[in-house]
Amino acid sequence: MNQELKELYQQVILDHNKSPRNFRKMENANHFGEGYNPLCGDKIDIYLLLKDGKIEDVSFQGSGCAISKASASLMSSFIKGKTIEQAEELFRKFHSLITGKLDESESVEDLGKLKVFAGVREFPVRVKCASLAWHTLISALKEENKIVSTE
Amino acid sequence: MSTKIEIRNTEKEIKTFDLDKIREDFPILSTEVHGKPLCYLDNAATTQKPKPVIDALNNYYLHQNSNVHRGVHYLSGLATEAFEEARIKIKKFINAASPQEIIFTRGTTESINLVAYSFGRDFINEGDEIIISQMEHHSNIVPWQLVAADKKAKIKIIPVDDSGELIIEEFEKLLTKRTKLVSLVYVSNSLGTINPVEKIIHTAHSFNIPVLIDGAQAIQHLLVDVQQLDCDFFAFSGHKMYGPTGIGILYGKQNLLESMPPFMGGGDMISKVSFEKTTYNEIPYKFEAGTSNIADAVGLGAAVDYISEIGINSIAEHEKDLLDYADKVISGFEGIKIFGKAKNKASVLSFVFDDIHPHDMGTFLDFEGVAVRTGHHCTQPLMQRFNVPATTRASFAMYNTKEEIDILAEGISKIIKVFRK
Repeated sequence: MNQELKELYQQVILDHNKSPRNFRKMENANHFGEGYNPLCGDKIDIYLLLKDGKIEDVSFQGSGCAISKASASLMSSFIKGKTIEQAEELFRKFHSLITGKLDESESVEDLGKLKVFAGVREFPVRVKCASLAWHTLISALKEENKIVSTE
Repeated sequence: MSTKIEIRNTEKEIKTFDLDKIREDFPILSTEVHGKPLCYLDNAATTQKPKPVIDALNNYYLHQNSNVHRGVHYLSGLATEAFEEARIKIKKFINAASPQEIIFTRGTTESINLVAYSFGRDFINEGDEIIISQMEHHSNIVPWQLVAADKKAKIKIIPVDDSGELIIEEFEKLLTKRTKLVSLVYVSNSLGTINPVEKIIHTAHSFNIPVLIDGAQAIQHLLVDVQQLDCDFFAFSGHKMYGPTGIGILYGKQNLLESMPPFMGGGDMISKVSFEKTTYNEIPYKFEAGTSNIADAVGLGAAVDYISEIGINSIAEHEKDLLDYADKVISGFEGIKIFGKAKNKASVLSFVFDDIHPHDMGTFLDFEGVAVRTGHHCTQPLMQRFNVPATTRASFAMYNTKEEIDILAEGISKIIKVFRK
């Protein structure tokens, strides 16, 4: 496989695409967000259980490409237990990472497994795939409860 | 019983279909993509342009450029002649009764909008009905929604069956005394289905209902004879038939066009203007306000010449071969689902895999040099009908080869290996 393509479709991403984590509806969710990418028809519903400013539980459902599904899956595993502020800061950093706008001085260590999405920066048309779950998360955190579109 | 051999091809078409020569005519086909030869299978989105079309554009700007129908000077005469000659070429190509029935627009979308706004303004009223189908491109849905909202009219939909064919009996049930127009796609851009438009036009006419045919995906694949079809309007784009972008055609029957109000106001569409009263120019100029896209009209004329030279029937035959071959090669993959199994199909193969999203497919194929379209193809209601958010679509043109279909198949095998390991 071509190197750029390998960077984009890392094994972790393929694995999360095949068996996404936290892929379920959450009955006792108290926050909800709905995301949509009209370009490719990707759809995602995000369920959150927030308590005292912390993400106690998170799950998602929807359909999409490998990048968007894996991004939602990895995000859900990663933000569980984080505070709202931490999640927002992670999104900022993640977004800089996938758009190639990260400051060289900035450490990405705190992104942990999310670093596998670094390859997306070589594919500008796929940035929306990787960021859809995050945009939807931010909207769910704010409880705007409206459909988020990447367009 | 004696057997009669039908000679379908015109004299011109008796020449052999020389694929190598055709490919040489399209300079862009020798492009490399990610180190691989370009394998362009996104022709339903837009076709590539042959040298004669590019040369015609160059020649126009190098030697003919001026404004048309205005000046008395030499160049204006040349430009007007080139522009009107293009109109006559198109008139002949679709066998319209007169060049006056050929209106230059920006493309199919503008052609349909012209009818929606002009015909719609005078002939569609509150409670009236417009019939379209479930397989329309957004460009043959949204203009009618705008008219319907404005006029409090209603849109009725001809449903599509599982094979991707229109359910004709349902169409017949939709016709009422309030039906003012049927606007229908000839060849589906998402499924490749060739609709039985002649039959539909005949049925609609028996109720005195005019029919608009969206021919954007038909004109480059099928012999179109608007008089034989007896359609009232026929819309198509230049860029999907090897011509330039930004130019298209609305054909309309003369008496209908004459009865319709102008679509846009401005220069060239008037015969006399005073602040009290303006008299409109005759058709087609009544519908061509402002300076037309002269160069691209001339380029479209060159595209028509190019297609005619090769022969639309030979092109159709070659594309049928390609589609049959692709269908055979591609449908063998485990877990593939092909959308559009109509008996009568043109040049489009649309498919999905349960476990591989079209978007991933598109990215992988791109690295094999293969250009395909992935998404909803601007036919969201049809995608909903088949309950898929998106498909991968390979669409063929006269210059495609069976080797390219093999490359597409290899590309699919590669992504399958990665995604299913």
